[in-house]
Amino acid sequence: MSADVDLWAVPLAVFAGAIRAGSPFLFVSLGECLTERGGRINLGLEGALVMGAMSAYGGAVLSGSPWLGLLAAIVAGGLLGLLHGLICSLPRVNDIAVGIGLMLLGIGLAFFLGKPFIQPRAPGLPAFELGAWSSNPLVREALRINVLFPLGLAACALMHLALTRTRWGLALRCVGDSQDTARALGLPILRLRLSATALGGALAGIGGASLSLFYPGSWNEGLSSGQGLMAVALVVFARWQPWRCLYAALLFGGAGALGPALQAAGVTGAYHLFNAAPYVLTLALMAFASERTGAPGELRLSR
Amino acid sequence: MLTRRRLLIAGVSAGTLAALAPVLARADNVKPSLPLKIGFVYVSPIGEAGWTYQHDLGRRAIEAAFGDKVQVRYAENVPEGNDSERVIRDFAADGAGLVFTTTFGYMNPTIRIARQFPRVVFEHATGYKQDKNVGVYAGRYYEGRYLAGIVAGRMSKSGNIGYVAAFPIPEVVMGINAFTRGLRSVNRDAQVRVVWINAWFDPAKERDAADALLAQGADLVTHHTDSTAVVQAAEARGRYAIGYHSDMSRFAPHAHLTAVTHHWESFYTRTTAAVLEGRWVSENVWGGIKDGMVALAPLSAAVPADVAAQVGEQQQAIIDGTLQPFQGPLFDQAGRQVIGAGSTLTDEELLKMNYFVEGVVGRLPK
Repeated sequence: MSADVDLWAVPLAVFAGAIRAGSPFLFVSLGECLTERGGRINLGLEGALVMGAMSAYGGAVLSGSPWLGLLAAIVAGGLLGLLHGLICSLPRVNDIAVGIGLMLLGIGLAFFLGKPFIQPRAPGLPAFELGAWSSNPLVREALRINVLFPLGLAACALMHLALTRTRWGLALRCVGDSQDTARALGLPILRLRLSATALGGALAGIGGASLSLFYPGSWNEGLSSGQGLMAVALVVFARWQPWRCLYAALLFGGAGALGPALQAAGVTGAYHLFNAAPYVLTLALMAFASERTGAPGELRLSR
Repeated sequence: MLTRRRLLIAGVSAGTLAALAPVLARADNVKPSLPLKIGFVYVSPIGEAGWTYQHDLGRRAIEAAFGDKVQVRYAENVPEGNDSERVIRDFAADGAGLVFTTTFGYMNPTIRIARQFPRVVFEHATGYKQDKNVGVYAGRYYEGRYLAGIVAGRMSKSGNIGYVAAFPIPEVVMGINAFTRGLRSVNRDAQVRVVWINAWFDPAKERDAADALLAQGADLVTHHTDSTAVVQAAEARGRYAIGYHSDMSRFAPHAHLTAVTHHWESFYTRTTAAVLEGRWVSENVWGGIKDGMVALAPLSAAVPADVAAQVGEQQQAIIDGTLQPFQGPLFDQAGRQVIGAGSTLTDEELLKMNYFVEGVVGRLPK
């Protein structure tokens, strides 16, 4: 092994990966968290994510502005979320089955509508160069924080406040815990759930935008590698708490960067294991954190 | 995904089957009724670059060459396995006279359906099972890799080259080794670092791997994966990149020096002409630069004229047969001699390649 290998690159890569790859996870898991707090599981967020990625890219190409692209992603994701909420409000509809249907719809629609956008280059979202003080390119790279990440932190804080400190949040949690109680209290169940699923979809759309407009920063049909589905697991791991969604997303993103960074640094043995690190880690942590608390009462497989 | 197209390992039988070809080649040589219906089955979306995109260029070449004598259809994004069998059968049942199945994992479905439709000609890419109405074809991508290695060796200042690779199977290993030999033929101290991502197509992982290599000081990266993420990573950092499958220069106008590209146009039009004229026979084609199936994309403006001239000379030597990327003496990573001067690896040995040559850093996962 030559001497020019820099082992410091590994923790830096993990740190950078946590924020970079963690951003889409953060948004989708926040979206799923909100949806599930209202008592519904929306597996269709994978579709909202892919649709968001396509809309963001297409919107940015057509308008020349990444911000309008981001807006398009929010609208597209929100519409898919709203659709989920509407269909599930019909009697005897299974939210999981609807979610799978919406996932396929979102992905298919994004592929269909996204064909013309594979080649053109869209303007990307800007980043904060927090590492400008350093002369080390590795540090500079690691501290290049994409603009959506602070937005995600803000969303996290807002959702936490909304769920714990507002009338709307309390009502939503009530709906999520027991629909019958909510009905007895005269809460507007449908409206609460629709707003939660639509907001959840919009958040997943932002996650898609971070994939297509920041990292890896292109649109094509294989862009998502199942981030939307992993987010469902992350929410369970996060015990339906917004702040814990943040930790889960960071952990998952950072673990994903471990494999390539170690290999590039010359640690090439057992690369399968390192590449599987995010999944192994999630499984292990879920095993440890598997208390029976935190799950909204309306989340049941059979209805 | 591991079973995807390029598990060429078994192409070992290339040699043996090629010898059997005249015996196997007994298709019913009758001219088909016009227009000849042709079907293409693709494993991924066509997109704007990559494996399937190159096959689609071949499909368009058929349409351009034969006009209304042919009627060409395609199905993209067809998963390997049962789905592909259904799609291939649909084409055959619909009256297709010629069907191209363009990924390794379509091999068994193709063979099964070919038996049920003996009058339909099938051409299967990168497989090893032939039949009297099934031909197989693949490219000697390693020849292009060797030339790309020369470009890399001349253009890299640090001699630290990054290589993002999909799966440790012979076809990929062969490419890494050929690239490294080309590289070291012009820069004896240069080294290649490989990052495996365990996927053919995953832009985020490819980008992560490329970034990790660039962070470790690689000033040139190349890849054996499907997306354009690696050349884009180099573009973002102002380093060099060499693309694969397609000319990716429009995705990375400054970074992209060249690309090792696949070309099926001439093979596809030749095959179509043979079927149209009723003289098609089942063959096993493993074509390289000479056959026009593998090429280097045009060198970018960043490559000086003397480097371009050297690459041109070496390319001519490969075409003339005076240069073989794997001619001896050949040493593996540990310095053990694999073959001595004067001999070269046979096709069978190439298709089983399971070791790194001198100059590749890191162990090959087994």
